[in-house]
Amino acid sequence: MDTKRTTFQNRWLPYVLLAPQLAITLIFFIWPAGQAVKSSFEREDPFGFSTVFVGFTHYARLMQDPAYLDSFVRTAVFAVAVTVVSMVLGLLFAVAVDRLMRSARLYTTLLVWPYAVAPVVAGVLWFFLFNSTTGIIPYYLSFFGVRWDHTLNGTHAMILIIIAAAWKQISYNFLFFLAGLQSVPNTLMEAAAIDGSGPVKRFFDISLPLLSPTTFFLFIVNVNYTMFDTFSIIDATTEGGPAQSTNILVYKVYQDGYLGLNLGSSSAQSVLLMLIVIVLTVVQFRFVERRVQY
Amino acid sequence: MASIDVESVGKIYTGGVRAVTDIRLNIADGEFIVLVGPSGCGKSTLLRMIAGLETISEGEVKIGSRVVNNVEPADRDIAMVFQNYALYPHMTVYNNLAYGLKNRGTPKSEIDARVAEAARMLEITQYLDRKPRALSGGQRQRVAMGRAIVRKPAAFLFDEPLSNLDAKLRVSMRGEIKRLQRRLGTTSIYVTHDQLEAMTLADRLVVLNGGQIEQIGAPLEVYHAPASTFVASFIGSPAMNLVKGELHGDRLAIGPAVIGLKGFAPTSGAVTVGVRAEDLRVARADEEALPFRLEYTEELGSQRLIHGAVGDQQVTAAVSPETELASEMRIAVDARRLHFFAADTGKRLPGNVPAEAKLAPAEPVV
Ligand SMILES: Nc1ncnc2c1ncn2[C@@H]1O[C@H](COP(=O)(O)OP(=O)(O)OP(=O)(O)O)[C@@H](O)[C@H]1O
Ligand SMILES: [Mg+2]
Repeated sequence: MDTKRTTFQNRWLPYVLLAPQLAITLIFFIWPAGQAVKSSFEREDPFGFSTVFVGFTHYARLMQDPAYLDSFVRTAVFAVAVTVVSMVLGLLFAVAVDRLMRSARLYTTLLVWPYAVAPVVAGVLWFFLFNSTTGIIPYYLSFFGVRWDHTLNGTHAMILIIIAAAWKQISYNFLFFLAGLQSVPNTLMEAAAIDGSGPVKRFFDISLPLLSPTTFFLFIVNVNYTMFDTFSIIDATTEGGPAQSTNILVYKVYQDGYLGLNLGSSSAQSVLLMLIVIVLTVVQFRFVERRVQY
Repeated sequence: MASIDVESVGKIYTGGVRAVTDIRLNIADGEFIVLVGPSGCGKSTLLRMIAGLETISEGEVKIGSRVVNNVEPADRDIAMVFQNYALYPHMTVYNNLAYGLKNRGTPKSEIDARVAEAARMLEITQYLDRKPRALSGGQRQRVAMGRAIVRKPAAFLFDEPLSNLDAKLRVSMRGEIKRLQRRLGTTSIYVTHDQLEAMTLADRLVVLNGGQIEQIGAPLEVYHAPASTFVASFIGSPAMNLVKGELHGDRLAIGPAVIGLKGFAPTSGAVTVGVRAEDLRVARADEEALPFRLEYTEELGSQRLIHGAVGDQQVTAAVSPETELASEMRIAVDARRLHFFAADTGKRLPGNVPAEAKLAPAEPVV
């Protein structure tokens, strides 16, 4: 690291300048996180008068709770599906736009729009499109003999939130893939063309391997996104239902803690989630830097 | 092995930029052609049209006897060496060399043999398992050459392959490219803007300017009989002196100075006169000469360049390092060593002393 060193006249000035950001981080992140860790080791009596230290009881219970383990599996399915769908589509769009010369900017702008849409709005949007009585998609699906109803059918509900969550993320993946594709030197493609490799083979032999750092980075970011940032999409569409079928880990934290008022268990769940993020982030920094390069 | 014929080829890029105009060039089998010219003159464009990396807007390119205008680069049987080498960064040196052969379905044993042979020729055998990023610039350059060689193509196309190397390496790689080309006998087209590289490598030089051919010829032919003032100033270092003069019968007036031409005047009236720095010398007391006002000198070791003015025109002469210098000097030239160009078009005038005569040793002036 050789970042530029700035010298301040007043030795307190840097701290003053940092203070607002530090305060926000402290009040809205560090402190609640600390509270969560603390309460995950405690049990509160029903009236909230007293708390007792219970050690790892909440964690042990969670590990044996079939509902929690189910939610874990569902989250994995959801995260992998959203990641794969949004990355594959993002890459496809990037490849398509990369081939354009003149209209590339226009398409890039259009393709980035979904990312600017708030998650709730994205959720509501797809909710309406898929609405079983008024939505346009179920209407067309009916011609194929599919009776779409995500309020009753768990699989349908899962597909709905996967589409809504992936749709937003395509833009993000598209941008990174496009930047990655455009940084592949043109002469490499030309050399490969002279070496007798057609456009499709060039993509798989040259572009894709050179995109591997981008791909790995996006994989981690997308998994992180689907596990934590999709709360509002679910809240706006399925609310975890029907019959828990879309109740992924983040949503369950909220349900158990906020609606079910089981603060201890909910805190333990959020601490586990936090650990997952930490692990993913560490993997990203350690692994991406070292392995995925050519 | 193949001849290459470029017939009235022109290039207009999308957007209407004209890069190349009416190029006619017939390259014999096994010949080493160098395209040389200043930046932006269309060298790369022409080469890339031959390679198939740019569409040909006008005219035809033939490789062997086949018109290749609509043939894919892969099917033109050519190999190209790029300025930035364009090695596949995620593949080992071995795979870089083998990639083109694999794509063409060459049997594994044959690939192994050819890669081994190319690697031995280029002395990169010990690097076959490395990735390109673990190689020095010179080694990468060799790998890029190797990738061209293993394919055994009909022609090599080089686009400034040495310009990313330091001066010393450039000279040795230059020799190596020439040696390999001679040994393999493969028709080659080499693009450079370095006139020295062009002179040393070429069987024939093609001097381009503004998308058009200024001159085609063997290096010495181009050096001794440049077809225009452009070629005269581009080929050779230091650049040929070009001064405005006036011919009156057998007398040449340069500013206030007048010298006799001993019957070598090709025309009369206003001309541009060219003379190479090494053809100028300090005049003896008893001969006709040009007054020269010395401004500064450059030492080259074996030679000394003296820069100054004749009248109000800049002139550079190359003299031996022992030459006595003074601020006012007289310099002389053998009339047969002068080049005459039309004052308006800059084209070489008919009636100039031919190149062969310039190759002969200078006779003592009487
Ligand atoms: N893709 C393109 N679109 C439009 N114009 C182009 C394109 N590529 C090159 N040109 C123009 O064509 C002319 C010739 O370019 P070219 O690359 O052939 O020059 P060059 O002789 O190889 O120069 P250099 O020595 O700098 O590589 C230039 O004026 C350039 O601006
Ligand atoms: Mg060029």
